[in-house]
Amino acid sequence: MASRSFPSPVPDPDTEAFWQAAKDGTFMIGSCRNCGEKHYYPRSVCPHCGSDDVTLVASSGTGEIYSWSVLRRADPPYAIAYVTLDDGPTMMTNIVDCDLDALAIGQRVELVFSPTEDEDGPPVPTFRPTAP
Amino acid sequence: MSINGKAYVAGVYEHPTRKAVDKSLAQLHAESALGALADAGLGKNDIDGYFCAGDAPGLGALSMADYLGLKLRHIDTTECGGSSYILHVGHAAEAIALGKCSVALITLAGRPRAEGMATGTAPRNYGSTSPDVAFEFPFGPTVVNMYAMCANRHMYEYGTTSEQLAWIKVAASHHAQHNPDAMLKKVVTVEEVVNSPMISDPLHRLDCCVISDGGGAIIVTSPEVARSLERPLVRVRGAGEAPKHQMGGAVDLTYSGARWSGAMAFEEAGVKPADMKYVSIYDSFTITVLMQLEDLGFCEKGQGGRLVSDGNLISGVGSLPFNTDGGGLCNNHPANRGGLTKVVEAVRQLRGEAHPAVQVANCDLALAHGTGGSLGTRHGAATVILERE
Ligand SMILES: [Zn+2]
Repeated sequence: MASRSFPSPVPDPDTEAFWQAAKDGTFMIGSCRNCGEKHYYPRSVCPHCGSDDVTLVASSGTGEIYSWSVLRRADPPYAIAYVTLDDGPTMMTNIVDCDLDALAIGQRVELVFSPTEDEDGPPVPTFRPTAP
Repeated sequence: MSINGKAYVAGVYEHPTRKAVDKSLAQLHAESALGALADAGLGKNDIDGYFCAGDAPGLGALSMADYLGLKLRHIDTTECGGSSYILHVGHAAEAIALGKCSVALITLAGRPRAEGMATGTAPRNYGSTSPDVAFEFPFGPTVVNMYAMCANRHMYEYGTTSEQLAWIKVAASHHAQHNPDAMLKKVVTVEEVVNSPMISDPLHRLDCCVISDGGGAIIVTSPEVARSLERPLVRVRGAGEAPKHQMGGAVDLTYSGARWSGAMAFEEAGVKPADMKYVSIYDSFTITVLMQLEDLGFCEKGQGGRLVSDGNLISGVGSLPFNTDGGGLCNNHPANRGGLTKVVEAVRQLRGEAHPAVQVANCDLALAHGTGGSLGTRHGAATVILERE
C-alpha cells in the first residue's frame, strides 16, 4: 500500500529539543514542574497553570484512538486521528501501517516515527495498531 | 452594563455573485458595503465605524478605509474565521453603546473559486510561526477531515447516525429551492445524501457546504439613527463569543464553543432557546449544525440527531426553522466564511422579507450563530440574538 509523504516540520527555538529527541528516536511530551500536568503540543508555558517551569518527558508512546477519519478523496487516502496517550494528552497524528477500513475509536495503537520529505528533516510521531 | 437595546441592525446585503472572476477582492467588499448602505438608506459618509476580518485585502481596515474613502473614529479587525461577522455585530453594539461610533459597517468578501483554491480537501498551512503547525500540518489536517473526526466521535458517544445528519442537508435544500441565487436548488432526500460519495468518513459530499465567491455587509447603528430610517427596527438583544481549542491536550470534539457563547447571549438578551422563532446556524457541514444546536441548548447534549430529523428544521413543517436561504449547505458560503450571511437571513426573517415560501409567521425573535476556524482544532464561537420591535 502506498503511503503519503509527510511534510517536514520546521523546528523553532520553542520546539528544537522536541524535534532533536525525535531524531534520536525518543517521543517527548510537555510536562509542568509546577502543577504536574502533561500537555501536548510542547511549548514554553504550561497551558494548564501558566507556569513557565516546563520540561519535556519521554512518553510511553502507547494509547488509543480518540477519533479518526480517512480522507477518501486524497491520493493516496490516509487516516488522520486524534490519539489519547496513556500519559494523558490527546494529540493529532496519522494512523499508518493499518487497514484503512478497519479503524475504530478505542483501538489500541503504538508510536512509530515516520520519516519526512526533507533529507535532514525530523521524523513525525505517527501510530500503528498494536499487534494483538 | 449590557448591549441589550443599545444598537440596531439597520442594513444588510448579500452579494449575488457566486463566482467572481471579473471582480477584485476590494471591489467585492465595496459593492457589499454599498448594498448594505442602500438597504439601510444611509450614505458612505454616515459610516464612522468599520469592522472587517482576515478576508479583507492588504492591511484590512486600513486598506478598505482607504479604498472606500471612509472617515472613521472606530475600527475593529477581530479575526475569528467565518464567525467573525457575527462577533462583529456584538462588538459594534458595544462600541455604539459606549458612544465610540454610531454607524458601523461590517464587510466580508472572497474569491476562493476564482482563485482555484482547494478549499475542503487540501491541508492549509498558516505558516511555521503558528505554534500548532509543526505538530499538525504534517498529518494532513483539512477542513473536511477535522469536522469528520467530530462527527465520528459524536456518533461513537451518542449514537448519532448519518441519516440524522442527512436531514440537515434535506432541510436546507427544501429552503434553497425558493432562492434563485442558491448554488444548489434541487431538493434532496436522506437517501441521496447518505449515498453521495464519501469524502472523509463519515462525511459524504452532500454533508458539505458549497464553495462560493461573494461577500456581504451589515450596518449596525445607534437607536437614534435606526429610528430616523425607514426600515423595520431590528434590535440587538444579546451577544456572546468564546474561543475553544485543544486545551493543552484535553481534546473533546463532541462540543463547541456555542456552549459558552450561547449562554452569554441568552443571558444578556433575557430569553431562552425555546423563545426563538427562527435560527441561522453555521453550516459548513451537517455535523456543525447538529453540535451547535445542542450546545446552544435547543435540546439535551447528544439528542441533536433526534432534534434535526423528520423535517424539524424545515420552515412551515418543523418546530425549529433554520437557514431559510438554503444556508452554506445549499445557497452560499462566500469566502469560505458563512457568518455574515447568517445575520443577513435572520434580519430578512425579522423584517418579514424572507421568501414567502419560507417566511416564518410572526418572526420577532431570532438567533444567528457561527463557528469560525475549525471544530476539530480551534475555533471562535459567536452568537447574536436579534429582535424586531
Ligand atoms: Zn502547570
